[in-house]
Amino acid sequence: MELIFKKPESLTDTITHYCPGCTHGVIHRIVAEVLDELGLRERAVGVAPVGCSVLAYNYFYCDFLEAAHGRAPAFATGLKRANPNLIVFTYQGDGDLASIGGNEILHAANRGEKFTTIFVNNAVYGMTGGQMAPTTLPGQVTTTTPFGRKVDDVGYPIRVAELLATLRTPSYIARTSVHNSEGIIATKKAMRKAFSYQKENVCFSLVEVLSTCPTNWGIPPKQAAEWVGEHMVPYYPLGEFKTPEKVH
Amino acid sequence: MAKLLMKGNEAIAEAAIRAGAKHYFAYPITPQNEVSEYLSRRMPEVGGCFLQMESEVAVINTLFGAAAAGIRAFTTSSSPGISLMSEGLSYITAANLPTVVVNMCRAGPGLGGILPSQGDYRQMTKGGGHGDYHLIVLAPASVQEAVELMMLAFDLADKYRNPVGILADGLIGQMMEPVDFDALPKPTVYDKSDWITDGAKNREPHLIRTLFLDPVPGEIENRKRAEKYRQIEKNETRYEIYNLENHPKLVIVAFGTIARVCKTAIDELKTMGIEVGLFRPISLYPFPYTELMQVGEKAQMLLSVEMSNGQLIDDVKMAMQGKKPIHFYGRQGGIVPAPDEIVEEAKKLFNVS
Repeated sequence: MELIFKKPESLTDTITHYCPGCTHGVIHRIVAEVLDELGLRERAVGVAPVGCSVLAYNYFYCDFLEAAHGRAPAFATGLKRANPNLIVFTYQGDGDLASIGGNEILHAANRGEKFTTIFVNNAVYGMTGGQMAPTTLPGQVTTTTPFGRKVDDVGYPIRVAELLATLRTPSYIARTSVHNSEGIIATKKAMRKAFSYQKENVCFSLVEVLSTCPTNWGIPPKQAAEWVGEHMVPYYPLGEFKTPEKVH
Repeated sequence: MAKLLMKGNEAIAEAAIRAGAKHYFAYPITPQNEVSEYLSRRMPEVGGCFLQMESEVAVINTLFGAAAAGIRAFTTSSSPGISLMSEGLSYITAANLPTVVVNMCRAGPGLGGILPSQGDYRQMTKGGGHGDYHLIVLAPASVQEAVELMMLAFDLADKYRNPVGILADGLIGQMMEPVDFDALPKPTVYDKSDWITDGAKNREPHLIRTLFLDPVPGEIENRKRAEKYRQIEKNETRYEIYNLENHPKLVIVAFGTIARVCKTAIDELKTMGIEVGLFRPISLYPFPYTELMQVGEKAQMLLSVEMSNGQLIDDVKMAMQGKKPIHFYGRQGGIVPAPDEIVEEAKKLFNVS
C-alpha cells in the first residue's frame, strides 16, 4: 500500500502540552513539514522563546536552544554568524517578540540576519495566564485590561509585520492565519518561502501567524477560530508586506 | 617577534584572536571602546566576525548562540554594560556554556564615571544575575598579564563550560605597556561534539536549555554545577605574593592595578625600615582563601586596599575567619590611590608618623 500521509520527520512523537483549540500544534506541524520538504532538518537549529512554546523543543526533532525572554533573535544571530551553514529559526510569541524582545527583532531584521522567525500572534500572554500583550486588540478584555484595552491609555496594538516591512534592508515579511484551511495553506506557502530565502542565503525572513488562545480568551475552540477571522484579520491584514525582490 | 608596545584594550583584543576567538560582539561603552575599534579592523584580516550589536542585552545573548554553535566568542564592556549582561550570564551559566566577558570596570553605581574603579568586585564574583552560579573571575595587574589571562580565560571557559570574567579597570585598558605574545601557550582545543547544536545529522538532536519545571532534575542540575565549582575551587586558584620573606607584621591584600601601586608603597616603606607584604589574588573566583589564611596567620594584621568601598575585604574576612584584625583603605569615584597614601595608611597602622 502506498503511504500518502505521515507525521513529518521533523516532529517527535511527544504529545504536546498545548490547550485544546490552540493552534501552536498546527504551526509546529507546518514548520516541520517545510523542514522535511526542503531537506533542512539535519541542518536546522530552532530557538524556543519564553512563553507557551518554551517547550517547543520537545516536539521538534532537530537541535534546539531555549532563549531568554525576547532574546531569541540575538541567540539566532550568534548561532548563524558562528555557523552560517545552519538553518536557524526562532519561534516566538507576541509578548516575547513584540514586547520584551522588540529591540532584538528590530535590529536582527535591520541587519538582515539570515535566519527565519515564526511569530505567533494570539493577542494575549498565554503562559502567564492571559495578560494584555502589545498585540491585544482595542477593547479586548484580558486579565490586566478587565475593562478592555483602552487605546488612549496604552496605545494601539503593534502591527509587527508592517513595522518591520518599513526597514530598508531586504527581507521577506508576511502575515498569515491558521484559523481556517485557506489560512493554513497560505501559512505553509509563506513558511516555505521564508525558509527557502534562508536556504538560498538571501535575507532575513519572518512570518507572523495569527493564532488562537481559547483558554485565555475564555471561549470554545470553534468560536476562537471564528474570532480570529472576525476580529484579528480586520486589524492585522494578511499578505506579503515585503519581499527581497521588491526594492522599497 | 620582539615585544610590542600596546594599549591594554588592544592587547586584550589581540590575545583573544590568538586564543582562537574569531567572533566578537559588543556595544560601545567607555573605557573599552579601543577593543571594538581594533577588532573592527582586525577581525576581517583573520576571517573573523566583528558585530556591533544594539545593546549589551543583545550582546550577551549573541554569545549564548555562538557558544551553542561551539565556537570561541567574547565581548568586552564596562560596569553598566555588565549589569545589562547579568541576565544573560545567568542563562549561559545555567546552560553550561563557555564564554568570555571582559569588564573594564568604571566608577559606579549608576552612570557613575568613566575613570578606573573596582566597584564591580561583588557583581563579578558573587553573581550579578539570578540563581546559584559563579563566573570564574580573573584580575590582571599589567597589560602582559591581561594578555595571559585572556588566553587562559578561553581555556578555562571551555574546560569547565562556564563563563569566565576578566575584571580589569580603565587603567589596564588605557595604559600602554610592552607585550610579548610569543611566549604564550597555544590554546587548548576541546571536543564539543557531544553537546553543540550544529545540526542533528546522523545523531539524536542536541538540546540546550535552562528551564526545569520539575524540581528534582532542577536540583540535580544545580548539584552538578556545585560539584563543578568545587573542582574549580580546587584547581584554579591563582595569586601572587610579594615581600613576605622577612615575615612582615602587615600584609596588604589588593588585586589588579591597585596591587601594583601597593608594591611601590611597599618598596618605599622598606627604605624606611618598615616591612609590609602583599597578597594579590589573581583569581577572584575561586578566591584563594586557604592561601591567604596561610599568609595572614603569620602576620599581625591585614589591610585591604581597594578602589571600592570595602568589597574585597569581605573575602579577606572570610579567609581569616576572625583570627587577625583587618583594616581597610579605599578610594572611590574613579580615584586611584597614590603610593604615598598607602604608605601613610601603613605608617598609621604601625603607629609611625
